[in-house]
Amino acid sequence: HYPHTPTSFLPPPAKYGGRHTVTLIPGDGIGPELLNHVREVFRFSCVPVDFEVVHVNSAVETEDDINNAITAIRRNGVALKGNIETKHTMAPSVKSRNNLLRTSLDLYANVMHCQSLPGVQTRHKNIDIMIIRENTEGEYSSLEHESVSGVVESLKIITRNNSLRIADYAFKLAREKGRRRVTAVHKANIMKLGDGLFLQCCREVASGYPDITFDSMIVDNTTMQLVSKPQQFDVMVMPNLYGNVVSNVCAGLVGGPGLVPGANYGHVYAVFETATRNTGKSIANRNIANPTAMLLASCMMLDHLKLYDHASSIRNAILNTMNETRLHTADIGGQGTTSEVVQTIMRFIQSKGQLTSEY
Amino acid sequence: MYTHTHTFKEMQTVTLIPGDGIGPEISSAVMKIFETAKAPIRWEERNVTAIKGPGGRWMIPPDAKESMDKSKIGLKGPLKTPIAAGHPSMNLLLRKTFDLYANVRPCISIEGYKTPYTDVNLVTIRENTEGEYSGIEHVIVDGVVQSIKLITEDASRRIAEYAFEYARNNQRNSVTAVHKANIMRMSDGLFLRKCREVAENYKDIKFTEMYLDTVCLNMVQDPTQFDVLVMPNLYGDILSDLCAGLIGGLGVTPSGNIGANGVAIFESVHGTAPDIAGLDLANPTALLLSAVMMLRHMGLHDYGNKIQTACFDTIRDKKVLTKDLGGNSKCSEFTADICRRIQDLD
Repeated sequence: HYPHTPTSFLPPPAKYGGRHTVTLIPGDGIGPELLNHVREVFRFSCVPVDFEVVHVNSAVETEDDINNAITAIRRNGVALKGNIETKHTMAPSVKSRNNLLRTSLDLYANVMHCQSLPGVQTRHKNIDIMIIRENTEGEYSSLEHESVSGVVESLKIITRNNSLRIADYAFKLAREKGRRRVTAVHKANIMKLGDGLFLQCCREVASGYPDITFDSMIVDNTTMQLVSKPQQFDVMVMPNLYGNVVSNVCAGLVGGPGLVPGANYGHVYAVFETATRNTGKSIANRNIANPTAMLLASCMMLDHLKLYDHASSIRNAILNTMNETRLHTADIGGQGTTSEVVQTIMRFIQSKGQLTSEY
Repeated sequence: MYTHTHTFKEMQTVTLIPGDGIGPEISSAVMKIFETAKAPIRWEERNVTAIKGPGGRWMIPPDAKESMDKSKIGLKGPLKTPIAAGHPSMNLLLRKTFDLYANVRPCISIEGYKTPYTDVNLVTIRENTEGEYSGIEHVIVDGVVQSIKLITEDASRRIAEYAFEYARNNQRNSVTAVHKANIMRMSDGLFLRKCREVAENYKDIKFTEMYLDTVCLNMVQDPTQFDVLVMPNLYGDILSDLCAGLIGGLGVTPSGNIGANGVAIFESVHGTAPDIAGLDLANPTALLLSAVMMLRHMGLHDYGNKIQTACFDTIRDKKVLTKDLGGNSKCSEFTADICRRIQDLD
């Protein structure tokens, strides 16, 4: 049974006429087409979700678009998004829209579950790692200045509050899922104060969970271990940047960016997307992108909305297509198009006898 | 006026720092192999354990510094940092003393030492003086810590220039700058700009840019798409270890540190392994491959190739492997096998 979120402190958003409204941000690159497929599958399966589409133009400097998106998410409580490109040609003051969204909505926990899929050919097998990444501070604080011409300082902020908060989330989730071990990833031998504080907070929280083993590992050793023996890891918790590295390594190990969904949780809001947040510009609009990650993300969203039956139905169809039918897109070595995969998924849903619309 | 090419090989002095733990025994192994290969190297052994100089500042012993300044080339085994309060990290001290600004790690799959990854052939070049390892941290208020990442124009330009020079001198085709300028707009933005500027002077080398996360994602799926990678300190630290993991770990990975004024120190990057020190069980491969890197740096490619071939042949043959490589032979047996192959190659 697929992981549920620890939603004891999160009420489901208000329903109007039995339907939910979810903010949808198409983003750039492959985002729009993948999200169209999500809508297609939802329509077909009669999922009681209406999408409020909010576009964010990555080419403009003003923050009006992203602020509108944030407002919409505050209103609806839940969002599904594609990645918004950050253009380097723009001034450094134009910050990453994705990051702005995460920090404004205080989506402090980025959660990713990397599992080996039987139908996908990879070098390593039997991987089952949950990564919990602090999502609002650390190296992503966007606090930079050029003190003297040619000398730039970038501030990494680590706070006790946010470190305790993410550690708490990690241990709660680990217990809820019946996981045995939490590993904190850090570089406290070099960043003694910053990562030292993070580690200390993890230890404090760990002491309240004697049933769960807690250990720690330095980030460079972690990546080395991941590429040689990834099966040793269970649940991992870490600050923002290491989370970026470890998530991507793990996604690569189980088959790539097209497969793994990601979730960003705060106390009030939740935003779902692909785990590795790629724009995929080079494969956009060619009907070759893998719809799996985004569709699985939409299933995580359905679980969050407590629409468990719909979530299971779609998820089973996706996994069946992946593992039994083995209809694969190019990124995992197949020759199927995006639409072929989506059609197959919908056919499987229909074959299970549930209510579907014309297609 | 013509300059004559000498027909005899001039002996070149190299400062040897055996280090701690298994350091002395793997250094002996390297010296033995070099002797067998008749490499024109004269070893000058030095100890770099920090001492307190006048004024109370920690420094490496003057005779060690003098030797390095003269020879310019060093080979170093693993060092332990004494626990004594206030004692600096030995590697940090060396780095500061000789302004070792570039850490270079060629990662090449070792045929015969099987890992899930074959055909890895890339080089990570890491800026080693600033970035996230500036050591500047403070507690702003209780429970709020600020760590400062420093990126300067000069250091970024210097490492970029080294990367392109390295690519050219070693017949590599492309240099990829690894960054996170989408998030760290100013700092990584500056680093990226300098790389782009330097790339203009090396049109024969292909220059690309890639996000750190994309590199990680792609590296574990298909490392063959990478050639030379250049990046700031932290990303370099993580990526160089990730790549070492691809080819088999720190026990088989060579490493070189390039400093200002032509200084270069090559080293094994594994630990001192105190539990097996003095028991003739250590694997000298990492130090040996670092010594090969050193020979190439000095222009002694023939010797370097000969020694590397012998080493790889021994590993491929699987008959005399040390424990970490999957066998149960002694360090001396492994070394002797390599020496035998060198003699056969001559």
